[in-house]
Amino acid sequence: MSVDALEEDQKSVNLPTGYWTYTVDNLKWKKQLTAVPEPVDLLSYSLSLSLMCLSSPQQLVGVVGLEVHAQINSNTKLFSSSPARFSAPPNSLVSFFDASLPGTLPVLNKQCVEAAVMTGLALNCTINKKSLFDRKHYFYADLPAGYQITQQRRPIAVDGVLSYSLLGGKTRNQVIRKRVHIKQIQLEQDSGKSLHDDARSQTLIDLNRAGVGLMELVMEPDMSCGEEAAAAVRELQLILQALGTCQGNMSEGQLRVDANVSVHRPGEPLGVRTEVKNINSARYLARAIDYEIQRQIEVLQNGGTVHNETRAYDSKSGETIPMRDKEGLQDYRFMPEPNLPPLIVYEDDASLPTGIDACQTVVVQKIKEALPELPGVKRDRLVQTYGILPEHSFTLLNEDGLVEYFEALLKATKKEPRKVIGWVTNDLLGHLKRHDMSVSQSPISAAALAELLELQEAGRISSSVAKQVFQDMWRSPGKTAPQIIQEQDLGLVSDAEHLCSACRASLQVHAIKNGNTKVLNKLMGLVKKATKGRADPVMVRAILQEKISR
Amino acid sequence: MLSRSIKEVSLAFREGRISPTELCKKCLDRIKKTRHLNAYITVTEELALRQAQQAEARLLKGVPKGPLDGIPFAVKDNFCTENVRTTCASRMLIDYTPPYNATVVQKLLDQGAVLVGKTNMDEFAMGSGSVDGLFGPVRNPWSYAAPYRERTGASPDSDWVISGGSSGGSAAAVASLTSYLALGSDTGGSTRNPGALCGVVALKPTYGLVSRHGLIPLVNSMDVPGIVTRTVSDAAMVLGILQGRDLRDSTTVPTPSPFTELPEDFDVRNIRVGIPKEYHAPGLTAETRAHWSRVADWFERAGARVEQVSLPHTQHSIVCYHVLCCAEVASNMARFDGLEYGHRSRTDSSTDAMYASSRHEGFNDVVRRRILCGNYFLLKKNYQHYFVKAQKVRRLIADDFRRVFAAGVDVLLTPTTLGDAARYHDFTQEDNRARSAQEDVFTQSANMAGLPAVCVPTALSRRGLPIGLQLIGPAFRDRELLGVARCMERSVGFPSIGDCERSGASGDETGLTQTEQTSVA
Repeated sequence: MSVDALEEDQKSVNLPTGYWTYTVDNLKWKKQLTAVPEPVDLLSYSLSLSLMCLSSPQQLVGVVGLEVHAQINSNTKLFSSSPARFSAPPNSLVSFFDASLPGTLPVLNKQCVEAAVMTGLALNCTINKKSLFDRKHYFYADLPAGYQITQQRRPIAVDGVLSYSLLGGKTRNQVIRKRVHIKQIQLEQDSGKSLHDDARSQTLIDLNRAGVGLMELVMEPDMSCGEEAAAAVRELQLILQALGTCQGNMSEGQLRVDANVSVHRPGEPLGVRTEVKNINSARYLARAIDYEIQRQIEVLQNGGTVHNETRAYDSKSGETIPMRDKEGLQDYRFMPEPNLPPLIVYEDDASLPTGIDACQTVVVQKIKEALPELPGVKRDRLVQTYGILPEHSFTLLNEDGLVEYFEALLKATKKEPRKVIGWVTNDLLGHLKRHDMSVSQSPISAAALAELLELQEAGRISSSVAKQVFQDMWRSPGKTAPQIIQEQDLGLVSDAEHLCSACRASLQVHAIKNGNTKVLNKLMGLVKKATKGRADPVMVRAILQEKISR
Repeated sequence: MLSRSIKEVSLAFREGRISPTELCKKCLDRIKKTRHLNAYITVTEELALRQAQQAEARLLKGVPKGPLDGIPFAVKDNFCTENVRTTCASRMLIDYTPPYNATVVQKLLDQGAVLVGKTNMDEFAMGSGSVDGLFGPVRNPWSYAAPYRERTGASPDSDWVISGGSSGGSAAAVASLTSYLALGSDTGGSTRNPGALCGVVALKPTYGLVSRHGLIPLVNSMDVPGIVTRTVSDAAMVLGILQGRDLRDSTTVPTPSPFTELPEDFDVRNIRVGIPKEYHAPGLTAETRAHWSRVADWFERAGARVEQVSLPHTQHSIVCYHVLCCAEVASNMARFDGLEYGHRSRTDSSTDAMYASSRHEGFNDVVRRRILCGNYFLLKKNYQHYFVKAQKVRRLIADDFRRVFAAGVDVLLTPTTLGDAARYHDFTQEDNRARSAQEDVFTQSANMAGLPAVCVPTALSRRGLPIGLQLIGPAFRDRELLGVARCMERSVGFPSIGDCERSGASGDETGLTQTEQTSVA
């Protein structure tokens, strides 16, 4: 995964410091711009929508299913040997097959099959030992063959579950676990791209993307609001990234999410659904869904009917608008792809037929063994191993590279994990977000931060100075904590005489009655201020206590 | 030399009796003389001479590439040839020059074979007469040979007979002695049918044995590259070169056994020959029926066990083929939208309008009709009723053959066509759909079942035109099938057109006018 991709990636899932949100007010929606002081992750921002997820039997509630197209992270395309890369010059990654030159035939890419199997296993799917390819026909300028090869009748993986979590409760520290069923994962071809130049009434076609492998994941309508959908997609994104089967960047189209939205009264049959497209971030996904749920509710409450149609999300207005609805009427005239034999995967080496070339086979057991630690497992492990709070584990996982950073930091310091976590999730992450940077771009390495924390832990600097040094380290990359402390003379003052005089001074400011310990903290604050935070708090407390009790 | 087999010419090369350049010039010269046949869409004269010179250099150095080095060959114009126009006899691809060679073409070039041209056909191989292509009909070379003219008193210029199709150009090219080998394609009989009508050996190998990569498809699940030669041994030798797994065609399989020469001592006494009773079809001419039983009798006399067998689902083959063919045609033709390649209409009011008129202008009626039917069969509401049902019937047809072969039958002997070649004027009285239904009756079930089948020229009819019989074998037993075919070939003693031909004077005269007519067709 390239650094560029990482950077973009975060833009897509993390919010800038100000963002749009919706609140429920007598079933009328208002837009309000809320200033957010601290960077937030997807989970916490979307909680303002949590009202949507509450339902009472009489009320119309939303039902949300998702269709996710995940671009497979493979060297070459699904059925051709052209490289599957992004941001290459137009039409520079196009084989004869990709341009659908007559006489060319599809040749299935084993790497793509393995990616789909691995993704299926990570999502607890049943892997179909035999799956089939079909042609789906429609005319479109960026679909050169006039059909897409997909898996309509028998996909590679079926019947899985995606577990995801929301943070709920008043203080957003309650982990609510949810599940969404995965109906199927099918392998299919991506299309090319069309650029419409209305001024010259031209359409420009770029086939670089044509034929890149996609996994279409169909999630059952088990979700009820934008927040849940966004959280599910975020979890999927983390899983795909952990597996390496998809880079998962929504804004670059590596992960495309269409939402099927309907409303009904609980217990009643599902309502007519609309399909919402053109959503390019998790944030927009949540908004588009909630807008659409509310729109449908209003339509029904005004005595109207919801039409089965495709709607596009307009991120500027925050609304969904009907698309030119040819899609709904289209008959895709599916038929089996005659040029590809059934796709067979094998359970284990023992089930391989004799004489088969092992290099050409996909063995489920081998892929299972190679599965990396999945985000859910990793979060539990972090909580158990380090005693951090569940919400911290979410924050760590949500940022690419942050878990690794945290663990590297812990290795280099004797400080307790529970004391270290705040440095990572507040100080470091806060700075990164404010500067729109990724963990790998951090000017402060885990080792450098560990050095700083060690100084604090050893009592060489106070905690407030440590924060100050952190700021300086951020501003002057390369400078170590000891350098900064030395240059600015920030070392802890533990010279008894010096501290005594500071304490005397504080007592003059604040006359106290004998034995009044309540003002102790106030006095300590004064001393701290006078010494610019450098006073050894333990000694100050002892001196002050002694002076007060006199 | 022109009427010899590949084996004989290959030997003549090595013995220095003729050089590849000389032979190439002779073939090119003969192509010019037989232009009235309209067998070629494109003649690759310069390329051929260059290749022939290279072959000659290798032969002189004593390092020929193999038995095909320096042998002129022709390729049906639906196989992609790098830098050589490939039209499928359609306006849609009238200026299309592929950037790559079909695997089968590449394999022949790698053997040093010399490409003399691309042969005429029905548009996109949809037809059984080679009369429905953009470049006009192919004339059967036997129309100009002595037997037909003498026995019927016909005038070839008005009474010429069709070549059969859709690979009529390839069959005519080999029959008219302009090339020793031609590639055809066989989807429902498109190689064997013209093979029978033009009196040449036409082999449709087992599906999956020979790569389809670079063959512009008609029906992917039935298309097989076909081999047209003058002798069964030549066909066997060429199959040995063409067969084998191709990574670019996922439906190919590894070769069951390396192909060696057909054994000289093949003994028909050990074989069982099945005569499918359902192949006594209405419309089968008495003459063809007679030759069929004559050859069956010969097998019996030669010691083979000849028995009647039943393929009960044969009767459903035509309608089932029609559904499957149209469905795949509708799908395969979807790529011809004029965007990346091919004919593009001037209509530019919208993308859809441009598609519609490009496709309307680019395809002939036959192609358009099949696309329309195919899309109808594939509609969601019709899919089960037509496509799925046809696939089930296809399975039954394949099972029929499997049962017969499992019962010990080695080969089936059948007619290839109902009769000898029809006069063009008679043939064109009916439309393409009706003709295809009639003409494919004996050939298409082998495509449905993916089986190898070969047409062997058997006799001249009373009209002096060729009649061929077909042998069908079990899947991947192509070599054994050809072994039987060669025994039959030797027994029937079919005459060479070279021996039957008179001077081609009248052909030459009409040649020019014919070319002019067809190029504006």
